Amino acid sequence: MIQVEHLTKYYGSHLAVEDLSFEIESGHVYGFLGPNGAGKSTTMNIITGCLSATSGTVRIDGHDIFEEPNDAKRCIGYLPEHPPLYMSETPMEYLTFVGEAKGLRGTALKAQIEEVIRKTGIGDVSSRRISALSKGYKQRVGIAQALLGNPKVIILDEPTVGLDPIQIIEIRDLIKRLGQTHTVIFSSHILSEVQTICDRILMIAGGKLVAFGEPEELRKQLLTDGEIVLTTDASAAKVKKALSDMAGIEALDITEGENTVAHIKTGSGDMNAVARSISQCFAQNGLAIYELSQKKGSLEDMFLELSEGKETEEDAQ
Amino acid sequence: MIAVLKHELRLYFQSLTAYVFGAFLLAFVGIGAMLYNLQAAVSNFEYVLSFGSMVFVVIVPILTMRTIAEERKQKTDQLLYSLPISTTEVIVGKYLALVLVYMIPLCLICLYPLIFAQYGEVYLLTSYGSLFAFFLVGAALIAVGVFISSLTDNQGFAAGIGIAAILINYFSVSLAEYVSATAFGSAVALFVLSALLGWLLKYLTRNENLGYGIGLGLMALTTVFFLVDDSKFEGLLPDIMKKLSLFDRLETFVSGVFDLTAVVYFLSVIVFFLFASVQSLEKRRYN
Repeated sequence: MIQVEHLTKYYGSHLAVEDLSFEIESGHVYGFLGPNGAGKSTTMNIITGCLSATSGTVRIDGHDIFEEPNDAKRCIGYLPEHPPLYMSETPMEYLTFVGEAKGLRGTALKAQIEEVIRKTGIGDVSSRRISALSKGYKQRVGIAQALLGNPKVIILDEPTVGLDPIQIIEIRDLIKRLGQTHTVIFSSHILSEVQTICDRILMIAGGKLVAFGEPEELRKQLLTDGEIVLTTDASAAKVKKALSDMAGIEALDITEGENTVAHIKTGSGDMNAVARSISQCFAQNGLAIYELSQKKGSLEDMFLELSEGKETEEDAQ
Repeated sequence: MIAVLKHELRLYFQSLTAYVFGAFLLAFVGIGAMLYNLQAAVSNFEYVLSFGSMVFVVIVPILTMRTIAEERKQKTDQLLYSLPISTTEVIVGKYLALVLVYMIPLCLICLYPLIFAQYGEVYLLTSYGSLFAFFLVGAALIAVGVFISSLTDNQGFAAGIGIAAILINYFSVSLAEYVSATAFGSAVALFVLSALLGWLLKYLTRNENLGYGIGLGLMALTTVFFLVDDSKFEGLLPDIMKKLSLFDRLETFVSGVFDLTAVVYFLSVIVFFLFASVQSLEKRRYN
């Protein structure tokens, strides 16, 4: 659907995106992750033809965005970071303009406008001035604009920023629904959001692609360190003694409080085996276990690991 | 292009801009008609237009200031870039919308000579010839205004620069009498103008070779010509200032001559500034 090859962008002498290559397939919801200033918006702006690249190519459904911009842009609906709305207009007038600019006329235009208004749920406000709408509704008008012309790919740049929790949930549901009929790419720096909506993740840090794939797959690849958390009423010394000669434990961190909590790093070993031997060992020693849980690496850990890894790499250079 | 045109027209009529522009133009031409045709009882409507052209200094920048500057400020230019329409279509659509807004009061003004003709002898040919030129002067100034608006994201700034630019153009003929007419003075001025043109080209096209090439080339040519035969530079600067004046060319029509070179000049100004606006907008994609 979208092929990005060796994309590089300099702002003056500042390198914003460096040799980025990836391919977006149709029928998925892609989460575009990265810390602030990682180059997410720049990449999206280039893909949608709002910005030129210093080098590299972007092809959308076979059309090069720089060579055949109009054909390529017809395949894309784009909501930039700041929704590009004309404040003095009503959503109806605004959508009419965007629809006409996308080449829709007459009844087709009317039908499409009605459809996107229904999909984004802005029917109640469609004849009020955009300047009088709440931020959530403004965002929806922006999404409605992107949906006009029924593009194959919808690209949304941080669509949930600045919204209240209820609006965020509404927009997320909308994105999920859109994912059933369109290929959706949306950027965010909120990890839980990406985790709940996306079935593919693109992670970018310092202008470079650091991870690309399904969330589950990425987690397996990137997070080999497992951790077992043990809560018990035994004293720290006893816990230490019990676990001291157990196989498969790489590191041990015990804190004593009301209960003793031990964080047990298992490394790349089999977590289940370690957990089994811990419970057997405690049973034999007559110690009670209140809680024994396996902590799997979250997307958050992965994110931190990748962006930190990137930074230390840069520091080394 | 049609979509942009329709959209812009809606925006102008939703805000007060179109009405203020029309009202000012009509009021000013009306005052002119009062003074010349009624009070002084002269039957030449063209004098009114010559007087009325002064109002362009204020109303054209007010009309054009927001056209691109506001898009930038509100970040709606991103929408224009991402839509499947070319930058040229955007600029031409915007320009045509402005010209249409300008033509509405002008249509009313077109009736004045006919009304006056009911009560005496009016030189209709000269009147309408001058009206045509008046229209072209306004259209050319609007193109200049669009270009100035494309340089900034601040409406006020665009209006200020626009007023200054049109004011200089308006008074350039009178100013021409005060600038140096000596060969050396003209050569220096040309030298500076070449440098400015080169810088402008470099800024707009982001093509350093083109900018420096044309700038330095023109500077070198000026120097060579000056060294070979400096008599040609005698009085050149005032001459150029007169030639560049849009308002001065209107006077030719007012005195009853339909000057085709002037028409070509007006059209060239329109095309040049619209082209420059397209480049200016396109440049944002490359920053």
